[in-house]
Amino acid sequence: MQHLWLIPLLPLAGFLINGLIGKRLPNFPVSVIAVASVALSFGWVLKTLSALGPLETAHVEHYYTWFQSGTLNVGVDLAVDRLTAVMLLVVTGVGLLIHIYAIGYMAHEGGYYRFFSYMNLFMFFMLTLVLGANFLLMFVGWEGVGLCSYLLIGFYTLKKSAGDAAKKAFIVNRIGDFGFSLAMFLVVVNFGSLDFQKVFDAVRPMPVEQSAGLLTAIALLFFVGATGKSAQVPLYVWLPDAMEGPTPVSALIHAATMVTAGVYMTARASVIFERSPMAMDVVAVVGVVTAAMAATIGITQFDIKKVFAYSTVSQLGYMFIACGAGAFSAGIYHLVTHAFFKALLFLGAGSVIHALGGEQDLRHMGGLMKKIPITFGVLACAWLAISGVPGFSGFYSKDEILMAAHHSSPWIYWVGVVTAGMTAFYVSRAMFLCFFGSYRGHHHPHESPFVMWGPLGVLAVLSVIGGWCFNVPHYLAPMFPLAEGAHDETLVYISVAFGLGGIALAFLMYVVSPGIPDVIANALGPIYRLVYHKYLVDELYGAVIVSPLVNGSRALLWRFMDAGLIDGIVNGTATMSRTVGGVLRLFQSGSIRSYAAWVTVGCVVLLMVLGVMAGGVQ
Amino acid sequence: MPTSVPLNWYLILSAILFGLGIAGFVFRRNIITVFMSIELMLNAVNLSFISFSYQLRHVDGHIFSFFVMVVAAAEAAVGLAIILTVFKNRATLAIDDVSSMKN
Repeated sequence: MQHLWLIPLLPLAGFLINGLIGKRLPNFPVSVIAVASVALSFGWVLKTLSALGPLETAHVEHYYTWFQSGTLNVGVDLAVDRLTAVMLLVVTGVGLLIHIYAIGYMAHEGGYYRFFSYMNLFMFFMLTLVLGANFLLMFVGWEGVGLCSYLLIGFYTLKKSAGDAAKKAFIVNRIGDFGFSLAMFLVVVNFGSLDFQKVFDAVRPMPVEQSAGLLTAIALLFFVGATGKSAQVPLYVWLPDAMEGPTPVSALIHAATMVTAGVYMTARASVIFERSPMAMDVVAVVGVVTAAMAATIGITQFDIKKVFAYSTVSQLGYMFIACGAGAFSAGIYHLVTHAFFKALLFLGAGSVIHALGGEQDLRHMGGLMKKIPITFGVLACAWLAISGVPGFSGFYSKDEILMAAHHSSPWIYWVGVVTAGMTAFYVSRAMFLCFFGSYRGHHHPHESPFVMWGPLGVLAVLSVIGGWCFNVPHYLAPMFPLAEGAHDETLVYISVAFGLGGIALAFLMYVVSPGIPDVIANALGPIYRLVYHKYLVDELYGAVIVSPLVNGSRALLWRFMDAGLIDGIVNGTATMSRTVGGVLRLFQSGSIRSYAAWVTVGCVVLLMVLGVMAGGVQ
Repeated sequence: MPTSVPLNWYLILSAILFGLGIAGFVFRRNIITVFMSIELMLNAVNLSFISFSYQLRHVDGHIFSFFVMVVAAAEAAVGLAIILTVFKNRATLAIDDVSSMKN
């Protein structure tokens, strides 16, 4: 026994302490409790992994039977294998850094204890999701992180837009969770178990399905869940809005950990996916469409967090390209490096926003390089990493993905390469607009405190060295065999060329001659406006799904069913009682003699009725 | 009891007495009169019991009428005590004036 339960339970303890008595504590002990619980959890992960050694096979710990029904037996089991180990390190490691950062970022916000207790609760559910040894326990974590995401997006409870965004995230995720539940039902019905081990052992001998069938259905339904949680087309719409939450939340939940749960789940269920070529194609195509579409939107946005949000959607698309191409380890590799550099981008953006007193619009920034040099320095690392500059972490993982994509279908590779160019372009654009040129805002910028840039420094180092320091595909090789085939140097040069070209183009357009973007925007006119308004997807969903639902509910469910039928029955009962009572009230005159008279009349009538019924007076 | 008097006559007498009792109870305002009307109704019922008991050669009617008499005696004791108290407190015996429990 390695006492794996301590890993998720420590943050839960932090949540309980802060949630129950945090309101009465000053900020300092609250942050100590929150950070210490995550730090202990991280420490326990390190201790466990060092104790477990190479982890060639999964280490499973059974605690108790959750429920048993017929032959279905679901236990509270936690398991660690190499995939889980990677996820555990990312979640607790990056989570710890972001918790530390949040001490500084949230210092002047109200609801300090509430923020940290939600963050701890999130860590608990995320670790449950990662550690769970069966689909149901994973689903518990899956739903739990959704709840925490809802709570933290809507953290600024007084802002209506925050509440709306939280509801949107929650409702859109419900659609995905519905797919996940259906997939679990299919698994239970067909395999009689929810344990990963048993299900995958049952699936392994099955032949590869050539067309629609059981495994394809299960895989696609799981993927519906993944599109919801990991913000893929067509359910990606919630993630950009989720930026209403505080920036550490965007970094932790909506960039580094929770949104990658879909990728983790796909990799976990890789045995099922691999046996369904159709599902794999769907995964790859959805991934590439999402990557390209989100990247184009990212180019046009002016809110610094929105740019990075679309970037996250796009990078998640990359991870699914890898999964769809069968290179699950490449997807997880990108998940790890993305966790480093995207968390860094968000936290750096948070540092910029913090420095500018809440300003998020790129048009009101500029020339900050000299004013907040540390933030610029760390953000530059993330910038070069996400752009795929050789030597930085993003280069290695993106390279793996594009290689795998080229191996499975070249057109995905080419779209991916162009998207990589766009990625480099829009991140560079944000960087140039933010740090180069002259300052266009009014607030006096100030550098963030050490507690904020300390974690940024660690993440910056990880963003730089994370690629060659942690060779994730090699580590995961026992689970996901490395791809065969030659490493084509040309393909690497092409993707690097696109990445550097994107940076160069952004440099030309936003630093050398800043007039070009407006000229291009005007020249493209309607197309630019379409992309700027995010392809009007929100409006389309509003017109096709939301407003028919709202209007239908209003007319049928509210006006007819609720107000008409249900209220009608209730009010009718009341009206009837009142009418009948109104008549009966006349008898209750309060005069004893009238009662006596009525009793007499009643007796006489009763006797007459009895007499008539008995056959009349003889 | 002379056999020439038929049962119906007793019953008719009983009904008349009962009717008088009701009329007194409903229309009179003096509490003592109302009380006497109740006694009249009880005794009208007693008469019916005895008549049926005789007619049917069965003792149940007698037993019932004894019960009624006992209850009536108890009721008279309690009722008269109440009437006395009411009169002491209110200086009236009009039944409509004793209505403070109403509303």
